[in-house]
Amino acid sequence: MPRAAKPKALPAQAAFSIRALTVSYGEKPAIISIDADFPKAAMSAIIGPNGAGKSTLLKASLGLIPRLSGLVCVADTPLDQALARIAYVPQRASIDWDFPATVLDVVQMGLYRKVGLLGRLSGQMTQRARACLDRVGMVDLLDRQIGQLSGGQQQRVFLARALAQDADLYLLDEPLAGVDAATERTVMDVLKGLRKDGKAIVAVHHDLATVQDYFDHVLLLNVRKIAEGSIAKAFTAETLNNAYGGRLSARHVKELIPNRGKA
Amino acid sequence: MNSFLAAIFLQAGYNAALVGIGAGLLGFAAGATGSFVFLRKRALVSDAIAHATLPGVGLAFILMVLLGGDGRNLAGLLAGSAITAWTGLLLMEWITRRTRLSEDTAIGAVLGVFFGIGIVLLTVIQNMSAGRQAGLESYLLGSTAGMLFEDAAIIAAGGFLALLATWILRRPMTLACFDPEYAAALGYNIRRIDLMMMGLVMAVTVIGLKLVGLILIVALLIIPAVTARFWTQRASRLIWIAGTIGGLAAYAGAAISASAPDLPTGPIIVLIAAGLFTLSLFFAPTRGVIATFLRHRLARMENA
Repeated sequence: MPRAAKPKALPAQAAFSIRALTVSYGEKPAIISIDADFPKAAMSAIIGPNGAGKSTLLKASLGLIPRLSGLVCVADTPLDQALARIAYVPQRASIDWDFPATVLDVVQMGLYRKVGLLGRLSGQMTQRARACLDRVGMVDLLDRQIGQLSGGQQQRVFLARALAQDADLYLLDEPLAGVDAATERTVMDVLKGLRKDGKAIVAVHHDLATVQDYFDHVLLLNVRKIAEGSIAKAFTAETLNNAYGGRLSARHVKELIPNRGKA
Repeated sequence: MNSFLAAIFLQAGYNAALVGIGAGLLGFAAGATGSFVFLRKRALVSDAIAHATLPGVGLAFILMVLLGGDGRNLAGLLAGSAITAWTGLLLMEWITRRTRLSEDTAIGAVLGVFFGIGIVLLTVIQNMSAGRQAGLESYLLGSTAGMLFEDAAIIAAGGFLALLATWILRRPMTLACFDPEYAAALGYNIRRIDLMMMGLVMAVTVIGLKLVGLILIVALLIIPAVTARFWTQRASRLIWIAGTIGGLAAYAGAAISASAPDLPTGPIIVLIAAGLFTLSLFFAPTRGVIATFLRHRLARMENA
């Protein structure tokens, strides 16, 4: 993996910066030379059509899948020295939910790095895990086996596990996919609370209808970068048409961007 | 029967008692380590590792005889088996990562080729003048007959060390089994954790060669974990329950085998573990067959 020196052109207020990130599955490129800067104390959405490489971008930026090229920095630090400051929330579907673990067990996994190999999960650590479960409204179910939870409850447990890490940067892969309205509200409340504390949140998001309400910043993606910036600047009829290649009807686009119309 | 009771209660002599204790520790380590193999769904990898020990046993014997030593020295045979088992493991990993072949293909190739080489070597040894009484076939199915004091001590100490390593690595290994992507995002090196996990399996296999034999060691790794899964919903407890089951089965099996020396030890240990599995399958609360049946019945009656 190329370990180039820190690029000089990183904007000072960026919490998470990606430069020239390229990933390929076999012969087929999944994302090509993506540059992006996600701001601090803000909620950023990564959007694009199916197969655009949204999850791939997130995973490759964390080093979970090999990248052909690219550089990733958290604030000013190269990724491999900054992993402790990142909390990652994977897709729910990537897990075997019959695994023998309770809700509390899963949240405590977020503390493993802090506890170390020989450390004990002290009462203080358990207390912290309980507090995180309380924030997502799941503290009553902490003894439940995870397979007995609904999809929305599973997503909350994953969020609580990320909270337990007490990170500066939260990367979420489709946190609102297939969850009920109550969970959607809980998740958004927690994320807004994090933003208020100055944390950076980056989420892969699929629901175009809620982008304007939920997010401050957006990265539009379809293998290549289509647009990036504030909602007002980057989430427009033109950029949406570019990203989705005419698969969105004109009326649909107008509904998504009611106040501004065609850019 | 009397000799069996004597063996169970450690009354059959100092040597037999030590064999029993060694078997118990080894079984405990196998059950605990095997839990992670079960949770990572890589039981067949451990089977291939076990079969890859055989050429090492043969080569070590030949080498020790050529150097003028005793070919049956257990420590030497175990060191040889560890070398070829590790080679087999690295080969499987290399095939899976560097070629387009899948892991099950790599398992099949390594298991077959290494076991084949091992059988050829055993045949060669049969035709050597020093090889006629080598008794290396006992490494296929295990045997307590003629086990020396040092042999039992090696097994007991090795089992204890493997258990200690499993305890130290339990959290990273649990994380790698449950959610490898999240573990990698936390900064754990999944490839290294997997190698350490399989290294532990290899250690248990090698230590257990004399007692359980290489063909059936995979059963002592997996059956206790599957049995324990019926009794708990938490990985942190599963490890120790599986260890207890494995320890009990190995201890009782060694005692039976010691009291009836014609019986190979490995199959008896595995059959006892399988008996515990069958009991759990039917009678375990919540996950057992009977409990599930009753729950469905009750639900249907309530709906009717």
